[in-house]
Amino acid sequence: MKREIVIIGGGPAGLAAALAAKEAGAKDVLILERDVRLGGILNQCIHNGFGLHTFKEELTGPEYAARFEEKVMETDAEVWLSTMVLSLSKDRVITAVSREKGLVTIEAGAVILAMGCRERSRGALNIPGFRPAGIYSAGTAQRLVNMEGQMPGHEVVILGSGDIGLIMARRMTLEGAKVKVVAELQPYSGGLKRNIVQCLDDYGIPLKLSHTVTEIRGKDRVTGVVISEVDDRLQPIPGTEEYYSCDTLLLSVGLIPENELSTGAGVELSRATNGPTVNERLMTSVPGVFACGNVLHVHDLVDYVSEEAAAAGRAAAEYIANGQPERSGGAEIPIAVGGGVRYTVPSAVDPAHMPELLTVRFRVGNIYKNVYTSVYFDGERVLHRKKQVMAPGEMEQVVLKRADLLGKNVGKITVTTEED
Amino acid sequence: METRNLICINCPLGCPLTVTLENGEVVKVEGNTCKRGEIYAKKEVTAPTRTVTSTVRAIGGERPVVAVRTKTDVPKSKIFAVMEAINAAEIETPVRIGDVVIENVCGTGVDVVASASLQRAR
Repeated sequence: MKREIVIIGGGPAGLAAALAAKEAGAKDVLILERDVRLGGILNQCIHNGFGLHTFKEELTGPEYAARFEEKVMETDAEVWLSTMVLSLSKDRVITAVSREKGLVTIEAGAVILAMGCRERSRGALNIPGFRPAGIYSAGTAQRLVNMEGQMPGHEVVILGSGDIGLIMARRMTLEGAKVKVVAELQPYSGGLKRNIVQCLDDYGIPLKLSHTVTEIRGKDRVTGVVISEVDDRLQPIPGTEEYYSCDTLLLSVGLIPENELSTGAGVELSRATNGPTVNERLMTSVPGVFACGNVLHVHDLVDYVSEEAAAAGRAAAEYIANGQPERSGGAEIPIAVGGGVRYTVPSAVDPAHMPELLTVRFRVGNIYKNVYTSVYFDGERVLHRKKQVMAPGEMEQVVLKRADLLGKNVGKITVTTEED
Repeated sequence: METRNLICINCPLGCPLTVTLENGEVVKVEGNTCKRGEIYAKKEVTAPTRTVTSTVRAIGGERPVVAVRTKTDVPKSKIFAVMEAINAAEIETPVRIGDVVIENVCGTGVDVVASASLQRAR
């Protein structure tokens, strides 16, 4: 079967990409979703706080997803639910399987990767001890409570202060559990400030920064954990051990873009984001394969996922209409990072093919106060903006103008933080 | 004179706010770097409110529970009372977003409504 644009994943990224592709005039758009419904992870994120940028109101996850789903359903984009993509090849052949359709091979004109991310698990942490029941990733606990109506436990310790962990501290408390402590390895929280206040402070749940779990006790079921303070090299300090009895340990220790399909297609991944490297059109190293949302790099706000995915949808529609644009040798300008900037998305820009205004998203690797975000075109500083605080947990962005770059023979763009 | 310490939640800066009250009236907000901090501080010490989100049992649904929310903010002091009412409630499926689950929950004047849709089990 031949299709024009195939989107892998029907979560917030896939929905926004489909909608934008249709609005840009794409004729044939197909979404492949492995779950029984659209919306992805938003379906289990029942707390409010979504959509402040997009809709100027505070929606819950399912409400935010429903707004996009309704719009997609008004178009003639096709959706296959309960459909699992098994592989993607470098010439954009998708192999998928579903109960209804069996094994299907689709030759796609363009592919948009929108598979989202997965949680880091206990295996990534090296915590010694048995493997008792009662250890869950925060997202698994969220699914159990919010979708299955099951409580994973009654006395809870949470390792990691990512947003899902903070949200689950409140959720478990509201459902009658006792959340004893949230331990965070870093000297700062990776979660949003509002979540620390509204999910922990509101309920008197202590947050211990520079602390980690050094031992899990219990053989069949967790009976408690030992928490230790860590030094500035993040190593546990002997003598600081504290025991907390609990029957449940939730892990909220980071998210990793889900790129098994991407690597199978030979898509080049960034070591900083674990997602594909993309150009100004959010196209990966494989022609006609685009990426957006958490599979590209992990976002903290869904509004920005939708925005980014819409750009990928438009780019895919243009690719179908006009094919691969001619690229003169060396036309692509690499974006370098400096100061505390860890990465940028995209990581290269071709002025001839970028939109009038291009949003470049980035993250910093530490807490920075009263520093400037600067953009250089070669040696010339073209943007210099003071920011009172920047944190690893909050994505930043700068906007590049096409008019500033076109025909200027810029060899390198640098996004950096500076003291003055 | 009474003082309360808060952390502003309007932006990542998280300004430490000190609010001075006299006879329950806010007389001074310090530590904020913008107007939003002052507005937040005044509301937070005089009438703090929150949106409560949870789930209710869904009768005959394809899943056992469906997500609900208070339509708007309710007083922070009523959060656990609202949770008790939500835990005692159930709803017939199919459910559509916006369906009222509990009217005027705990006398707050705010309805608890479904925030997700749910089909009947096949």
